[in-house]
Amino acid sequence: MSVEQHIKLPEGSIEKTTTTLNLGPTHPATHGVFQNILELDGERIVSAEQTVGYIHRAFEKLAERRPLYQITTLTDRLNYCSSPINNMGWHLTCEKLLGVKTPKRVDYLRIIIMELSRISDHLICNSVVGVDSGAFTGFLYVMQYRELIYEIYEEVCGSRLTTNMGRIGGFERNFNNTAFEKIEKFLAEYPGVLKEFENMFTRNRIFMERTIGAGPISAERALNYGFTGPNLRAAGVDYDVRVHSPYSSYEDFEFDIPVGQTGDCYDRFLVRNQEMWQSLRIIKDAYRKVQEFKGAEAEVFHADAPAYYLPEKKDVYTKMEALIWHFKIVMGETEIPPGEVYYSVEGGNGELGFYLISDGGRTPYRLHFRRPCFIYYQAYSELTKGAMLSDAVIVMSSLNLIAGEMDA
Amino acid sequence: MALTNETIKDRLQAKFGDQLYGFEEPYGLLTFEAPKDLNLKVMQFLYDDEELRFQFLTDLCAVHYPDKAGRELAVVYHLHNLVDNVRIRFKVFTPVAQPDVFTATQLYSSANWMERETFDFYGVNFVGHPNLKRILNVDEMEYFPMRKEFPLEDQTRIDKDDAMFGRGPGGLKA
Repeated sequence: MSVEQHIKLPEGSIEKTTTTLNLGPTHPATHGVFQNILELDGERIVSAEQTVGYIHRAFEKLAERRPLYQITTLTDRLNYCSSPINNMGWHLTCEKLLGVKTPKRVDYLRIIIMELSRISDHLICNSVVGVDSGAFTGFLYVMQYRELIYEIYEEVCGSRLTTNMGRIGGFERNFNNTAFEKIEKFLAEYPGVLKEFENMFTRNRIFMERTIGAGPISAERALNYGFTGPNLRAAGVDYDVRVHSPYSSYEDFEFDIPVGQTGDCYDRFLVRNQEMWQSLRIIKDAYRKVQEFKGAEAEVFHADAPAYYLPEKKDVYTKMEALIWHFKIVMGETEIPPGEVYYSVEGGNGELGFYLISDGGRTPYRLHFRRPCFIYYQAYSELTKGAMLSDAVIVMSSLNLIAGEMDA
Repeated sequence: MALTNETIKDRLQAKFGDQLYGFEEPYGLLTFEAPKDLNLKVMQFLYDDEELRFQFLTDLCAVHYPDKAGRELAVVYHLHNLVDNVRIRFKVFTPVAQPDVFTATQLYSSANWMERETFDFYGVNFVGHPNLKRILNVDEMEYFPMRKEFPLEDQTRIDKDDAMFGRGPGGLKA
């Protein structure tokens, strides 16, 4: 500014040296409803302000008027890339509150499903990171394997995206042969595909240049920001709910927790890829264990929890007790024992927690979801400070932000 | 030596004496209550103490108890010691007429949005919060929707003529 200038210009006038850019809420590059107001100096990000809440659906409020089994459908819509994990997490929370003990076979079947959903979740995230760095092929290629996972869901529960899978105490029906065949097919074919997928990216010069050093975070900051899941592990902290507070018999399985060092996009990518290998390992193990059950045990697919698990239809028609349970469950007239429980599972994005308070009524008194996305999205402005505009997009996709989970 | 609930309780009581109360262990998770002026001191102590090391804020939310006069709103903290892998939960109660609670944002960056969410839905005023405004609801909203005085609509109400959904005096109209 020249010294001769006497007129004082108001703030935000042409004297302003930065540009404000509104990224979102419906920008094709943001893969969801996110709004970011970026302050740019040329192409460098000076600051970012996130706005969330565009798809808030008041799940916590709705849950206060619903019997336990109707809340499963709400959990579907949190992280919709891995809804079975949310469903199972919710059932496990209820089972903890009610003191229901599930048979081993149910636990293993659940693990198969949860690990399949973890793979589909990571697969989407990593391939979308590829898309944002200019490689569309990987994304299209792996879609057919996500499709296969969805077909397995379909065999197990009848739906694909918002699965509403399982019931309190187990599954609504046993896995059929087609489901097992498809799991076998997946186990046989997927390792080769994942290898190809990795070959395409891991040592790819363009991909590395785009992701190494983009959106890094130290372990200390990550913990302070409440990071969990792959994003925390990429920063070098080996915290995994599956190992630290095992649920659904995860203690019976051996697997590694991959960790990164720098917490940047590249490390997050590598950690997710490694986790998919570990998930495959777990699924293989669990599948073998399921096959080992003999006789009556091999047919078990739910726990004995008559007050919460719908009886078989033919029993409803012929047995008095079954009819009563059926009626009470469907009408939502089952009293939930009073209690307070926090339970968490390792979701696709981190620790997915359910804080459930019951006062002895038919619906929860209070239900709070600890949504990992919501908690770590706060760090976004710190992650992108000083980065290039193009990094803003790739950091967002490599954090695996899911709007449904953020806004609940 | 593993950190047990007993040890935590003893250390807390050695430091704060009778000010902390209501120790319970529902489903094995140590739970207690603290006066609302002390919430930061308790958290800071849990954070700094060499033995306790509760340095991870897992969750922060509020609960509304309209029937408990003078302590209608509870703010619930879930803390996690990642070294010994122990969780605890503690609550502070505040009257709904003056819902001021000190913010935890200085200690945990993650508390920022969690407190905003809690403010948004329950109207808890986190004193000292750097940016306490609504986060999930629209800015123009004038009430705090998760409070119990806003019940969800009764599914059986009949005063509403909403023929499309089968409600109303005439039931589902063709």
